[in-house]
Amino acid sequence: MSETDKRPLVEFRNVSYSVQSAPTPIIDDLNLTIHQAETLVLLGESGCGKTTTLKLVNRLLLPTRGSVLVDGKATTDWDPIRLRRQTGYVIQEGGLFPHFTVAENISLIPRLEGWEPPRIKSRLQELLSLVGLNAEQFGPRYPNELSGGQRQRVGVARALAAEPPLLLLDEPFGALDPLTRADLQREFAALAKRLAKTVLFVTHDVREALLLGTRIGLMKHGRLLTLETPATFLSSTEPHVRSYLDTLGLPRLSEPPGGAK
Amino acid sequence: MSAWQFLQQNWPELFRLIREHLELVLLSTGIAVIIGIPTGVLLTRNKKLQSPVLGVANVMQTIPSLALFGFLIPLPFIGGIGQRTAVVALVLYALLPIIRNTVTGILGVEPTIREAAVAMGMTDRQILAQVELPLAMSVILTGVRVATVIAVGVTTIAAAVGAGGLGVYIFRGLRQYDNNLLLAGAVSAALMALAMDFSLGVFEQYFSVSARRKPRISLFQKLAVVFIALALIAVVALSWQEPGNNSASTSTQRIVVGSKDFTESILLGEIVAQMLESRGQQVERQFELGGNLPHEALVSGRIDIYPEYTGTSYTAIFHHQPISDPRAVYEQLKKDYSELGVDVSPPLGFENTFAILIRGADARRFGLHTISEAVPQARKWRAGFGQDFMTRADGYPGLAKAYGLEFAERPREMDLSLTYIALASGKVDLIAGNSTEGRIASLDLFQLADDKHYFPPYEAVYLVRNDTLQRTQALNEVLNKLAGTISTEDMRVLNYEVDGNKRNPRDVVRQWIQQKKI
Repeated sequence: MSETDKRPLVEFRNVSYSVQSAPTPIIDDLNLTIHQAETLVLLGESGCGKTTTLKLVNRLLLPTRGSVLVDGKATTDWDPIRLRRQTGYVIQEGGLFPHFTVAENISLIPRLEGWEPPRIKSRLQELLSLVGLNAEQFGPRYPNELSGGQRQRVGVARALAAEPPLLLLDEPFGALDPLTRADLQREFAALAKRLAKTVLFVTHDVREALLLGTRIGLMKHGRLLTLETPATFLSSTEPHVRSYLDTLGLPRLSEPPGGAK
Repeated sequence: MSAWQFLQQNWPELFRLIREHLELVLLSTGIAVIIGIPTGVLLTRNKKLQSPVLGVANVMQTIPSLALFGFLIPLPFIGGIGQRTAVVALVLYALLPIIRNTVTGILGVEPTIREAAVAMGMTDRQILAQVELPLAMSVILTGVRVATVIAVGVTTIAAAVGAGGLGVYIFRGLRQYDNNLLLAGAVSAALMALAMDFSLGVFEQYFSVSARRKPRISLFQKLAVVFIALALIAVVALSWQEPGNNSASTSTQRIVVGSKDFTESILLGEIVAQMLESRGQQVERQFELGGNLPHEALVSGRIDIYPEYTGTSYTAIFHHQPISDPRAVYEQLKKDYSELGVDVSPPLGFENTFAILIRGADARRFGLHTISEAVPQARKWRAGFGQDFMTRADGYPGLAKAYGLEFAERPREMDLSLTYIALASGKVDLIAGNSTEGRIASLDLFQLADDKHYFPPYEAVYLVRNDTLQRTQALNEVLNKLAGTISTEDMRVLNYEVDGNKRNPRDVVRQWIQQKKI
């Protein structure tokens, strides 16, 4: 799918999503384009609609208005199984199946896709070393025998297993201790770049957004407030962005032009 | 008889009962698993069906087991007497825990895990088979385990519909007040329940997710499960050696002899059965049928003949007001039964009327001979009656009215055969027993005369299906031979041989037939 970096892979066109139990829409007229091989980070407080946005991409949810296009085709026209098999999905704690070993978790989708056992096996080796785990040591273990960081690595490996062009990550590193989180963030950034995956990454951590994102979208009340590169995001004068950065007490990497106090 | 002697003499029968019990439990739980798990899965896919289906299964569970067996008797195909009815009832009981635990287990799978499965592009069927069922397995197995233990218990009641199993010993033990029988039945059933519970528990542990990787099944648990399996296999294997108790013949000419669930009825059933057998007729015994079952079974053709008392049929089955003329009762019954395709044999010669009994010591102390004389004393007494007597038209309500009888407290309802012991040991002071009961003499009980002739005549007769009578010459012959042949004294002796001397009804009857030369 990758010809030019500017080709859009996911497009939100006037998308709204609401549920009967809530008076205001969860997503309110969202327009957003995610290009090939970019890592777009959606940033926002809990309840701002960022996870919902993610779930609209792989058809866990369908928009109540507007349409979400993946690879030029509306999600409503996709076979949901095919769409999801081409979309890696990572959630907090990895969402690993507790009754499967690490190896079984990772090779599940290739197995369902009917890969030959030797191919599955070599892919498994490759993926585990990609996420920095020893295949012999970790392959036969069960998720409850892993640390949080190891589980998260397995979660990423599983999402990559069937070589999907698109990755969706929902606060994958949120539950980890700061040191492990920093390690994984750094490794993931390198990995995404090397594999040239298109990534939609959801977080409430500005530091993470700045580290991983090629673009950062700030969401509030189901709307996209800004969509900037990290550099412009940091120097943005948009009041929400500023207050967001301020409340997190982030050190100012650069002062807004001419705005020294 | 010591427990050891009892086991030495009776192990073949005991082992057969254990095997029958086991068969019923495994068959019914197996069917319940096959029906219950898919039903449970369906309920997780169709939430609207959940509460109605679980509600129905819940109601099933609250029906007392004996009542459920009773409901099933007259039904075609699934009903009747014997194993099939028992299996149907047992399946109905086993369904609820299995369905409920399947639903709980599947809905209990963490939503994030289910969502991850969906997001990975697994189909609904793949999610069910590879994620939900494996993760729910230990909860489902808990349901199967509960169902199995319930089935072991309920199966003891199944003996009342002629399904066999350890309940045969328990009912017989209660009736004959024989602790060996009671213990052999109850302890075996309890051990079976414990063994099943333990084995399935180990199995369940094996499937539990938290014990993954190395399912911590200890050596002791493994050995215990192997031991239980071997013990059951040994019992089942040995039980096949019991000589020809259940003739497996399926000849259409076979006559099925039924009886009620007390000694005298069994003896009368056995008398007819042995006399038919000595005339070359094949016989199947369906003895010890509880409550109203013999009548239902006879009318629906599941049995061909059973012993009954005219007064009982007259009041309890056809709901006539009690009268005291034996001829009138007999003639009326002939007419009533002919409409059901049933004939009434000539009376056998003895009556088994209700006997109002008190302790011999009380009778002598207060100089009591009749029920009327006892009425003033009764205000200080407690009474104990069989369930039957409490409700039937010729039972306690009418008796109390006829004599103006009142007790210190509401009469206790208990198993008829236990009332004798309760009376003798002073737990109650007055009971309604059977006049032919062998233990009246052996326990020094006194029968108060029915001076107001309240009880209708209870002549013993056989009830036979007309079609059977027409096709079986030997049966006509036997019934004519038995007319007027069994005296009240004969019956008391026969009853006492079984209840008092703990002898096998077959041997007692065989000996009696030889003596009588019939």
